[in-house]
Amino acid sequence: MSPEPVRSREQQRATRAEPAPNGSAAPKAEPRAPRATAGSDGRTVRLEGLRAFYGDAEAVKGVSLEYEANRVTAMIGPSGCGKSTLVRCINRMHEEIPGAHAEGTVRLDDADIYDEAVDVVAVRRVVGMVFQKPNPFPTMSIFDNVAAGLRLTGRRGGDLKERVERSLRGAGLWEEVKDRLNSPGIGLSGGQQQRLCIARTIAVEPEVILMDEPCSALDPVATLKIEELIDELKRDYTIVIVTHNMQQAARVADKTAFMLSGELVEFAETHTIFTNPSDSRTEEYVTGKFG
Amino acid sequence: MSAMSVLAPISGRRRRKDKVARALLLTATLIALVPLVLVIYYLLKRGLGAISWHFFTSDPTGAFIGDPGGIKSAILGTIEMVALATLISVPIGIGVALYLVEYGRDSKFASVVRYFVDVMTGVPSIVFGLFVYIVLVIGSLGSGYAAWKGAIALSLLMLPVITRSSEVVLLLVPDSLREAALALGAPRWRIVFRIVLPSALPGLVTGSLLAVARAAGETAPLLFTAAIVFGTSFNLSDRMNSMPIQIFNDVGQASDVLVQRAWGAALTLVVMVLLLTLVARLVARRSRFT
Amino acid sequence: MAVEATTTSMAGSGRSPLERPLRARFPDRLLRWVLTALAAGILLLIAFFFVRLIVEANPALSKFGVLHFAFDNDWDVSRSIYGALPLVVGTLITSAIALLIGVPIAVATAVYLTELAPRRVRGPLTVLVELLAAVPSVVYGLWGVFVLIPKLKPAEAWFGRTFDFIPFVGADVAGPNYFIAGLILAIMILPIVSAISREVLATVPVGDKEAALALGATRWEMIRIAVLPYSRAGITGAAMLGLGRAIGETIAVTLVIGNAPQIGGTIFEQGYTLAAVIANEFGEAANNPLHRAALIAAGLVLFVLTLLVNVLARAFVVRGQRKRAGGPAQGQAAIAAGGPPV
Repeated sequence: MSPEPVRSREQQRATRAEPAPNGSAAPKAEPRAPRATAGSDGRTVRLEGLRAFYGDAEAVKGVSLEYEANRVTAMIGPSGCGKSTLVRCINRMHEEIPGAHAEGTVRLDDADIYDEAVDVVAVRRVVGMVFQKPNPFPTMSIFDNVAAGLRLTGRRGGDLKERVERSLRGAGLWEEVKDRLNSPGIGLSGGQQQRLCIARTIAVEPEVILMDEPCSALDPVATLKIEELIDELKRDYTIVIVTHNMQQAARVADKTAFMLSGELVEFAETHTIFTNPSDSRTEEYVTGKFG
Repeated sequence: MSAMSVLAPISGRRRRKDKVARALLLTATLIALVPLVLVIYYLLKRGLGAISWHFFTSDPTGAFIGDPGGIKSAILGTIEMVALATLISVPIGIGVALYLVEYGRDSKFASVVRYFVDVMTGVPSIVFGLFVYIVLVIGSLGSGYAAWKGAIALSLLMLPVITRSSEVVLLLVPDSLREAALALGAPRWRIVFRIVLPSALPGLVTGSLLAVARAAGETAPLLFTAAIVFGTSFNLSDRMNSMPIQIFNDVGQASDVLVQRAWGAALTLVVMVLLLTLVARLVARRSRFT
Repeated sequence: MAVEATTTSMAGSGRSPLERPLRARFPDRLLRWVLTALAAGILLLIAFFFVRLIVEANPALSKFGVLHFAFDNDWDVSRSIYGALPLVVGTLITSAIALLIGVPIAVATAVYLTELAPRRVRGPLTVLVELLAAVPSVVYGLWGVFVLIPKLKPAEAWFGRTFDFIPFVGADVAGPNYFIAGLILAIMILPIVSAISREVLATVPVGDKEAALALGATRWEMIRIAVLPYSRAGITGAAMLGLGRAIGETIAVTLVIGNAPQIGGTIFEQGYTLAAVIANEFGEAANNPLHRAALIAAGLVLFVLTLLVNVLARAFVVRGQRKRAGGPAQGQAAIAAGGPPV
């Protein structure tokens, strides 16, 4: 059985412009406010011989690749291939797991985030992450959730409110929650919670956003909204998205990397990966021969 | 902005708060251990001197000066009463736990029982002594102090503890084992006695040992049930001595030799309790399910 | 529950092979009946004791009236007057001191052990904290009388002199007093508050903690915004369980509080508690029915008080256990064992 034919991004944009057949579809995304802070576009992320371990077991075996600034790169591969582990090394969350460590170099432009002089907390402010299961802080309101990261760096008052609003707009959630900013974050639907988490992430103005299967817990309508959001966000951030859904990779990503058993098999423009891969293993995966 | 400057360390204030908070939390943990260290230190310092062969093999003489005697009757009394209390409370406690797990997982009645057993764990031990006193010592059934009444008070104390810890352990036995046996046609009682109880055994033993350790150290339930007597006794229907009561009695006297004996007895009691706790932990480690 | 298994009966019995003979079903029935009776017996036992307590306390309660018994500030055995206010106040003061000192340290210990302690150290440290619970009450009392009281007296006197502007603090230090009793109670409730708090802290979802870290929070900030708010209800419950323990603790308190039927003016004066009065005066009350009834009434008050506190505490802890896989059973068993779970 062959998978759904992969459509080019242009074709997808054309169909998306049509109104959804089901009348109860969510409202169209409102226009995004452009980012006010000047000069901070996303940065390039370069992995050089990255290896990641859980104890003695090597889950990522020497991967080198470059994520281009202001582009979306998808990481695809079967379960257990190491794609999530690799991405978690980029914001140094991997080492939070007891017994886990990473070796090699990860560069943000020219700076190695694994350098001794680098503060891991600073890395995470610059490299944000959206998780598979939406995780808004359950005891906080919508406002407080978005403000959480900002409050850590001491912002308060009017400046804070303005930034929260800007982040919620940037995540396409403002119109839906502007009248209930003080209600609990967990009172939202799954898709809204995930957009709340995105708002929380962009509130601290990172340069890179990592997304670990952000839509796998969501319904198709919510997934669509988030994919649209990703398309907008890449204007301001470098985005890496892990996904087990190849159609999603085809829809949102500029470039795609295919991993297998901890190794990088192929890395190219998305279109190439899905229509004309050079490695036979890639071809077998994208045509559904295994997964 | 160069990347390196963006990755520069975060504000000094935040770093300091983090360091201070972590240090405070560690300090609190160490402070929590200070009493333990001090208690053990003084037990050894003041109790070791009282320990001798004579200490363990002679009964208290009741004298204030000269030779106060040892704690033989107290040790034996504790062993006798705790053993009896264990014989009563362990089967009943495990029985109730079995009921809750095998028959009562969905029933309202079982939740009520479970709730009240839980509540029972918070009842002060002196109240249990009071119960037994009212019903068995002065009541229509009553006729004075007796060791078996003290044992009943102790078993009331142990019962809820054993029930709740046993319930946890029994719940850990996988349902798939029970279902496999049921599918093979085994009757309920066989499953309980041949499969569930044996698998849960280490956990059940641990829970019971911990309850025993607790009971061995309790004074209040025995104050007006078994009371105190100096001579060694194997007569459960009469008063009986016990370690905690002996210590409590000696502390109240203004006599150096008695206080010295109290320290020795306290050291002995703590060693007994620690040994029981240690054995309980070792047994727990052999459990398949924890 | 699950469908009862059936066994095929012997051939030739004339009945359907799916029926089980009455004889074979008997052990099952017996087992079920016995176990149910045991469970019901527990409930009956509790009800029975409650009733008997009230009956035996009645002579004192009816003579003075329940309210007067509980709130009159005059406990004088020689005049046969029994107003329990000094006892109630003493119980509250010592428990308050115990909570003030013990809960912050216990919770801090729990946070350290769950979030910060290096893996290798965590086990041994936890065992050590739990060992505090293994020391019998009478041993704490003995240690309190001969070590704490003499050694702390100078420090208490200094504190009382320096801070005598604070209400309830004064320079006159009796040997046994409220403060020492409260301090020993703090030590005794520490293990259970810490153990329950650790259980509660362990239920914080990893996702919440990761979210905080991924935002660029330091370890302490992560604890502050993700771990502690989530655990608030459960930790409150843990503290209340500690309170219940402190209220009911008898032997250690009676040895170090002075057993004076008065409401002391400062925390360094002698006092009395509900539990201590029962332990202390029972001997002499053996032949005095009114005195005995008064002590039993004190026991009744104690019983009701601890019941209330425990019921409230459990409600808090269960609320704080929310989405744990094992359900409330794990946490409540921890409560039941009087410390860490098996």
